Parts: sequence; structure tokens; C-alpha cells
Amino acid sequence: MARIFVYIVHRNGIAVDSALELAAAARKIDAAASPTAIVAGWGLELDDVCSALEASFSEVWKIANDALVYPNAELIRKALVKVLPSGSIVLVPHEHFGIDLSPGLSIKLNAAYVPDVVAIEGLHGADLKVVRQEFGGQFDAHVRCDISSGAVITIRPGAFKPMESALRSGTVVDKSSDLGAISAGRRYLQTLVAEAGAVDITKENVLVSIGRGIQEKANIGIAEELANALGAAVSCSRPVVDAKWMGKSRQVGSSGKTVKPKVYLACGISGAFQHLVGIKGNPFIVAINKNPRAPIFQVADVGIVDDILEFLPELTNTIREMHRVSAK
Amino acid sequence: MEILVCARRAPDTSENEIALNSAGNDIERDDLVYSINEPDNYAVEEALQIIARIGGHVTVVTVGGEDDEEILRREMAMGANHGVLITDGAFAGSDGRGIAAILKAFVQKGNYDLILTGVQAEDGAAQVGGMLAAMLDYPFASLVNSIEVLEGGKLKISREIEGGNKELNEIDLPCVLSIQTGINEPRYVGMRGIRAVASVPIPSYSAAGLGLEGSMAGAAAARVRRIDYFVPSLGRGAEILAGSREENIEKLIELLAAKGGLK
Repeated sequence: MARIFVYIVHRNGIAVDSALELAAAARKIDAAASPTAIVAGWGLELDDVCSALEASFSEVWKIANDALVYPNAELIRKALVKVLPSGSIVLVPHEHFGIDLSPGLSIKLNAAYVPDVVAIEGLHGADLKVVRQEFGGQFDAHVRCDISSGAVITIRPGAFKPMESALRSGTVVDKSSDLGAISAGRRYLQTLVAEAGAVDITKENVLVSIGRGIQEKANIGIAEELANALGAAVSCSRPVVDAKWMGKSRQVGSSGKTVKPKVYLACGISGAFQHLVGIKGNPFIVAINKNPRAPIFQVADVGIVDDILEFLPELTNTIREMHRVSAK
Repeated sequence: MEILVCARRAPDTSENEIALNSAGNDIERDDLVYSINEPDNYAVEEALQIIARIGGHVTVVTVGGEDDEEILRREMAMGANHGVLITDGAFAGSDGRGIAAILKAFVQKGNYDLILTGVQAEDGAAQVGGMLAAMLDYPFASLVNSIEVLEGGKLKISREIEGGNKELNEIDLPCVLSIQTGINEPRYVGMRGIRAVASVPIPSYSAAGLGLEGSMAGAAAARVRRIDYFVPSLGRGAEILAGSREENIEKLIELLAAKGGLK
């Protein structure tokens, strides 16, 4: 059995939440596996991440290099290619860094690449069977992969239940000396932090969130009127921002804001996972979409199959009517 | 600047209900509307805006069959200078690595400063650009949402990261970038534009024309293959309100009131 590595993405000295999800995914490949955590970075932050991981992994490979203060995917790829044994299975979270690193890493390791895996069904010999999603989550697909030369597998954040920490006392193995000099054709300059919008959707209790189903900018008033009637704010999914109909500060999702409302009305939103990961705190989710196959119906509490352009104005009118009656 | 955009044709499934075929190995494609994969269209627009600023040419390439020619013409109607179709029965069943190997062979026949792909296609894999870059030993950046051309064979780019933040990088040319949607506002393509390029010949390449061996692409070389599609389990699915619209509104208001969604 090939050795399984879990690549740990970390920020500010803390491993991201998905680290133990990857460890759980490793166990699905091989129930007896004791996956090795592999962490790259520099300085005290790296040491902090490594010592915290000792509680969950029996072995933690540390790659320290002053060129890795910021996680540049090209440099980290070069480092991994130097330290990973041939035929390794490497699990990486499917987020912006994993997407940057993993396809090229698979080429340089001559390993198979399986992106954005949501479930692992099992390994028979060198034949790994996994589940992926296509068409924005409308359908799942079984995928088979020949991992005889190793594999790089990205794991969808949130898809696996985190491995319970087994209170191991792991050891940190320093692999830094294997590196030599590394340089990259891409150099990190700085991070531009998003400007705050006039409305902070992360603090709202009720969100009327609109997606592609709103169809054109002129229709956004429909959502605003409902939000007014409800005392809510309007948020949106990626296509609305791409079309420049609303600002980035209103976008819910992995590349937008993480919201924690009590009630979330997903209106004309299909429910791609990049959107769903931005909804936290287990709100009451209402999905209104004319496509009964829209993945949003799988995660919503209540669903209505209807055209939002007709449904929302009628809902708004009914609520206003109620307010008028109760005000009398 | 010589820019190559790798594009593909994809069904528009964003707003349409799609169904599985009876064998469960594909979706019912007969009634679907196809066009260029949406992120690829943003990549072409970005390429056109770059050459409008600094000069150069844009070539759009796709790996596929005769049906895929329509997206090349669509992008030429937008303003791309050349369209190229790479087609060979031997390529059927290629995985991401196979497609990247085919594109690598094509890239090496030309002289491109910049190669763009869309961030992902309908399979959500987001893989070909990064693989192609590694095969060519070019630098790579994914999720790119702005490009500025600098002096001295470099670009300043931003990548979309978490929380709406942007990661600024400098990257050496030649390089491969995967373009995120929303980077620009792709121009409209009218019927007139399409007609104007309807008879422009589109060169095509086969495996032999690219000097590719069977071990590099196609089903036999694929290490990753999809076996079937299936409908995700609805175990945790929503309670669907199946009444009339009026009844649904009434029920929804009741629920909203109970859950604190009404002021």
C-alpha cells in the first residue's frame, strides 16, 4: 500500500478546518492508513502548525524554507516533488491553493489526478473508486482511477466528517534539508483585502439571496422589495457579481462572504458547492427555483419549484398585506 | 503578444433541467443548447482586451469533433484572429492529462507568449491549465481575475482567494493562466458577426499532425475515467411545497414567522 500524505493548508499559524477531513478521507482509501501530514512554510507559524498536528497525526513532515513564508504553489510543488516518495497518494483541499498546486503536482509526480472528490467508495488493488459532482452539482459521477503510479486527489471542503483526534503523540520529521535552492516564475506581491460594502451581509439575520434566476439587473428590485418587507438584506451568488449587477461585498460563497443568518432565502440559486460553503450556522434555508433538479433543493429545509420573477412579487405583496392588516 | 486560448464547447445547464439517459452513462444531450464553456469566453475576452492595448494576435484552440467548430467561429466573431480544431478519433476517452498532452504538442508547434484557459468546465475539474503549464515548465496561476502587462516579459495578475480578497502576483512570460468568470464583461456576439466568419477555413490537426503517440492521450492512456452518472441521494432533501402558488406563499409565510424570518 502506497503511503498516504495529507497536505496541510495553514493560515496565521493554524491549520485550516479541512485538515482532519483529509485525514478522514485517507482512512476511506485505506482503513488501516496512518496518514502523514505534510506542512510547508517558515518560522514560528510553521512550528505552531506542526506542534498542533502532533495531536492528530503520528507523523508530521515539516518543510521549512524562507521562500515559503507565503504559500506559493509553484515553490511548494517543487518542494513536494523533492521530498515525496514515488507512488505516494497525496490529498489536498480543493480550494484556491489546492486548485493552484495540484494539477501540476500530479504531472511532476507522474501521478493520477482526481479533483474535487466528495466521497471515496474504496480501493481494490490499484483501482480507486470515488464520487465527484458535475454540472454544478446536478449529478454525481462514479470515477475510477488507476493509482499504481500514485495519485494527487483534491478533497472538497466539508464533504468528509473530520477524523476524531486520536490523541496521538506524533513526531515532527524535518524534511527541510532535502530542498536545496528553489525559485519560481511567479512571485507573490501582496494580498488586497476586499472593501466592505454599505451593507454587511455577514451580520444579517435574514437574507434574500439571488442567483442567475434573477435574469437581469432590472429585476433586482424584486428581491429588494421582498427584503424590505421582511426586514432583510439582499445577498447573491457568483453569477450576479460576474454580471456586475451587485457588488462583490454581497456575494455569498468561497470567494465571497461567509454568512450566518437565521433564515436564508435562496432565490434562483442553483446551489453550487462554492456557494453553499459560504452559508454557515445551520440557518433555515428556503429554496425557490424553477429547476426541480437544482442542487439547492438537497440542502434546503423547504423548497418551492417556481419562477422567482413571478413568485417573489406575490410573496412580497402578501407580506405587505399582512402588515397593513395588523397595523389597523 | 501572441495569445492562445484553450476553449471547449459545453452544454448550457445553468438554467435548464437536465436528465440522465437510460444507460446512466451520460446526460440526455439531444435538447440541450451548447455554447462555449462560460469561463473560456471570459478568457477570450481578456485576450482580446490585452491585444487591443498592446497589439498581437489571439488564437482559440479546442480539442473535440466537428460540432465543436461552432465555438471557434463564435469566438472569431468576437474578434479572435484564428481558430484551430484538434480532432482525432484516437483522442476519445482522454482524461485531463491526455487533453493537456494534446495541447502541449500544439503549443510547441507555435510561439505563444501567454496561454489562457477558463477556470473550469462543466465537470468542475479545473485541471487542464495547471497540467499544461507543468508539462511545458511554464509558470501557472489559477483563478485569475485581473491581468496587467508589465515591461520586461512579465505580467501583474491577481487571483481570487477566500473572502473576496485578491492575491497579487508577478509572473514571467510565457505562462499559463486559468481565468475566473467576472474578470471582464464579454462582448456580445450577433448573428451578423457569426455570418462574417462563417466561411473562414478552420485548420485542423490530428494526432499524427501533432506527432502524438497513442500512449499520451485517448482512452488507453487515461488513468481516470468516469463510469456513470447518478442522481445524488435526496436523503437530506428539502420538504417541497407542492400546493398552488397561493398555498405555497401562505405556508412559506407561516414557516418564516416560526423561524424568525418575518419582522
